[in-house]
Amino acid sequence: MAEYYLLGVEIATALLGLILLVMGLLVPKTHNKGIANIAIIGFIAIFGVNFLYAGTNASFLNGMYLIDPFSSFFKGLLLIAVFFTCLISKDYILEQGYGQGEYYSLVTFATLGMMIMVSAGDLITFYLGLELNTIAFVILVAFRKNCAKSTEAGIKYVLLSAMSSAVLLYGLSLVYGATKSVLLTEIAKIINQQGIQPLLLIGMIFTLAGFGFKVSAVPFHMWSPDVYEGAPTPITGFMSVASKAAAFAIFVRFFMIALAPVQETWVIVITALTVLTLVLGNLVAIPQTNIKRMLAYSSVGQAGFILLGMVAFSKLGVAAIMFHSLLYVFANMGAFGVATVVGKSIGSDQIKDYQGLWKRSPLMAAVMLICLLSLAGIPPLAGFVSKFYLFTAVIEQGHIWLAFIAIGMSMVSVYYYLIVAKAMYLGQPEEGAEPIKVPGSVQLALALCLIVLVFFGVYPTPFTNLVLDVATAFFPF
Amino acid sequence: MNFPVLSAIVLAPVIGVLAILLIPEKEELLIKITAAVATFISLALSIFIFLTYDRSVGGVQFVESIPWVDRFGINYTLGVDGMSLPLVLLTSIVIFTGVFASWDMHTRIKEFFIFLLALVAGVFGVFVTRDMFFFYLFFEVAVIPMYILIGVWGSTRKEYAAMKLTLYLLVGSAFALIGIIATFLYAGAPQHLGYLTFDIEKLATVHYDIAFQKFAFFLMLIGFGFLVPMWPLHTWSPDGHVAAPTAVSMLHAGVLMKLGGYGIIRLGIFFFPEGAKYWAPLIAVLCIVNVVYGAMVAMVQKDLKFVIGYSSVSHMGYVLLGIASLNSMGIDGAVAQMFAHGIMTALFFALVGNIYHKAHTREIARFGGLAHQMPRVATGFVIAGLASLGLPGLNNFVAEFLIFVGSFTIDKVVLGFIPFRALSILAILGIVITATYVLRVVQFVFFGPRKEEWDHLTDAKGIEMVPIVILISVLILFGLFPAPMTDLINIGVEPLIAKIQAAQAIGGVF
Repeated sequence: MAEYYLLGVEIATALLGLILLVMGLLVPKTHNKGIANIAIIGFIAIFGVNFLYAGTNASFLNGMYLIDPFSSFFKGLLLIAVFFTCLISKDYILEQGYGQGEYYSLVTFATLGMMIMVSAGDLITFYLGLELNTIAFVILVAFRKNCAKSTEAGIKYVLLSAMSSAVLLYGLSLVYGATKSVLLTEIAKIINQQGIQPLLLIGMIFTLAGFGFKVSAVPFHMWSPDVYEGAPTPITGFMSVASKAAAFAIFVRFFMIALAPVQETWVIVITALTVLTLVLGNLVAIPQTNIKRMLAYSSVGQAGFILLGMVAFSKLGVAAIMFHSLLYVFANMGAFGVATVVGKSIGSDQIKDYQGLWKRSPLMAAVMLICLLSLAGIPPLAGFVSKFYLFTAVIEQGHIWLAFIAIGMSMVSVYYYLIVAKAMYLGQPEEGAEPIKVPGSVQLALALCLIVLVFFGVYPTPFTNLVLDVATAFFPF
Repeated sequence: MNFPVLSAIVLAPVIGVLAILLIPEKEELLIKITAAVATFISLALSIFIFLTYDRSVGGVQFVESIPWVDRFGINYTLGVDGMSLPLVLLTSIVIFTGVFASWDMHTRIKEFFIFLLALVAGVFGVFVTRDMFFFYLFFEVAVIPMYILIGVWGSTRKEYAAMKLTLYLLVGSAFALIGIIATFLYAGAPQHLGYLTFDIEKLATVHYDIAFQKFAFFLMLIGFGFLVPMWPLHTWSPDGHVAAPTAVSMLHAGVLMKLGGYGIIRLGIFFFPEGAKYWAPLIAVLCIVNVVYGAMVAMVQKDLKFVIGYSSVSHMGYVLLGIASLNSMGIDGAVAQMFAHGIMTALFFALVGNIYHKAHTREIARFGGLAHQMPRVATGFVIAGLASLGLPGLNNFVAEFLIFVGSFTIDKVVLGFIPFRALSILAILGIVITATYVLRVVQFVFFGPRKEEWDHLTDAKGIEMVPIVILISVLILFGLFPAPMTDLINIGVEPLIAKIQAAQAIGGVF
């Protein structure tokens, strides 16, 4: 008898998705304002349920599905991200005027897919989760059906992610061929016995390419600026944090557990990937004039910082990855929350249209500033602490040169974030520019982001202990 | 536990920020008074600790420690010794007077004081913390508000200067950050301390091997050298000084640059005495460039603020010379010079700001005979100028004297043929150039025939006199009675000198 109670979080999420879908169909269009609230309350409840599994370290169906502290941590992260997404989406989607039920149920199913990814204990389960989340995201990206850019982004995303899935799947099948197992722990055992083979190596490279696409690491990042620009802004925010975090979770699991015995081999490739991602992501962000594209490149750059933790291949490295992914949620969701409201009310995503935001909406200007500075890693904000841990992790392993590049690129990132700060604070609003009204739900989201970023920047202890505990439990070595 | 004085000094501006956030933007006077009260609390407490620091005991006093991130050995540890106390006092004097120097401002007052006080909290934090993590944290907190302060309220190419300053300082801090992390991990390794800690006291007990010392001291030197600013890393500073609004210039030149000097001493020499010995000749040569080049460039400036900006570059060269001498006199002098220069340059900027606010120009050639219209400002300027060229009886003389004696006692040769003494002679000659540019400004701006063009200028009065009077009093007070200050500094420098003397002599970089 399988222990179905272990799947509480996933079952609840699936139920929520179905309820939202049905409600969307049953409730007349004039009365469907509340659907967003149901989603928000539902996610809060599921977040509570997730806490019940905080100490659980079990596997389901002989290791196909893992409910361990690592996956529970990432599920919590995904739920926080989706909670913020719903808050920010509420008025945005209401104004679109259609598809309330569909939107929120798709968001929920995307979350479910990502939950399956982070809990996957074998390659097939992982692929299942990946596809569920990709398909949901494709529709969400193209959700603004009257907007050519959104549709274009949807098509781009479906084509490119289909290709990357194919590459990934091919890689996974080669790994399976080389090791005769799809279970991550089994793969590690077998590689330990038989060492590295050419077949495995090719499989590894293909898989890496697939993962690289998902986390938008250079040179597999080409899709992200276009898709980020075209997608509805809340979805862009959601993708940039949740999809990336989920992909990183399984990335870490696959490379650090299944392929741990051949760490010396893959670390070379990943180091190259890290350097490319850091340098290109941050440098290309500089000339961007559209805030969503700028944030897209910045999130490419952020992927580079997270990859540092993989290069370190240590407890501290994993802990730093988790810490960074978690606080990145708040920083990025805050920034995209502001971008959503500004984009909606002035009808433009150009950075120059942020001129004088300090006067039109002091709250949004302050939140944007804090979020961007946190992304840049300026103390006393949470982003500083997480970058500090990442740099410590790589220096601990003796890669001082890599730390030099990373910190240098971190300073480059300050430059392009400050360009936005400059527009917001140094510029004057245009003649007759009205104050921008921020919807209540977005205000709540922004205030939460602000508080979390400042509080955990000053006092990072609780999260630090949490991620170190999880990383210690997660790592066998 | 006693009353946490040092936390109160750091937090008073933070509470000021929170209070100002609640005040509506229209209540300008209330905002200014809040800022003044917040900084006054810091000032009063700084004077309190200056007077009650137990000189017979020495060491680190007023210690507070709260475990912060225990997994990484980060503690919120505050404490002051003879070296940091004068700098805390300096910061509180400069910011308190800086608030009064900004009394005439009327644009976006609320945000101005929020960023100004946030900046000051960071600066206080650097001087009082005894934990390397918090040191860096506070250090960086001081950078970003600067960008907005200069970018919004500045003048003369403000956006360019603000960005340049921010990027330079961040690049510097990147070097320092790598040095800090490397030191932290080195000390935490099993063969050294065996546990992770950021405690500066504990890190100083580790014996770092020579190769690591050379590497880490260099990182710290570059990192904090950007801030000092050490030639050739200085180009941000005159631009920044000139563009910044008065209070920010005062704080910037008066205090922020001292973070660099303090960082080199505290995280550089204190941890890596051998590394310091290795790199000292390099510092010595570069600092002479600072002194002489800075002064020469100051001589030909057309803008009043640029003169002061380059004079800061020149004067901070003396601080570096004191540091490079690596003996008790020299480092005493370096710290004393940081204090003295901070007060003096704050006075300069307050006066120039006063003139600029009324005349809307700072071009030296357009002025003349201002002493007729503004006798008080002229008096203040002459006093600051005399302090700048090291007139006995004013604070700077004591500091510069210590530095010259300290560096002159070194019997070494750098670059294979330049005796160290020759460098200190060059530095002393720098005083002559200083005299030239100071007297040039005094002559062209304040003396000479009365110009009717400036008859509408009113002399400093009322609130404007607050910074002038306070800063001049401090200059004269510690000029006539330097002992309380120099004794205190000496107590703080003693442990450092003991470490330097215990360090084995290794050949310098040249």
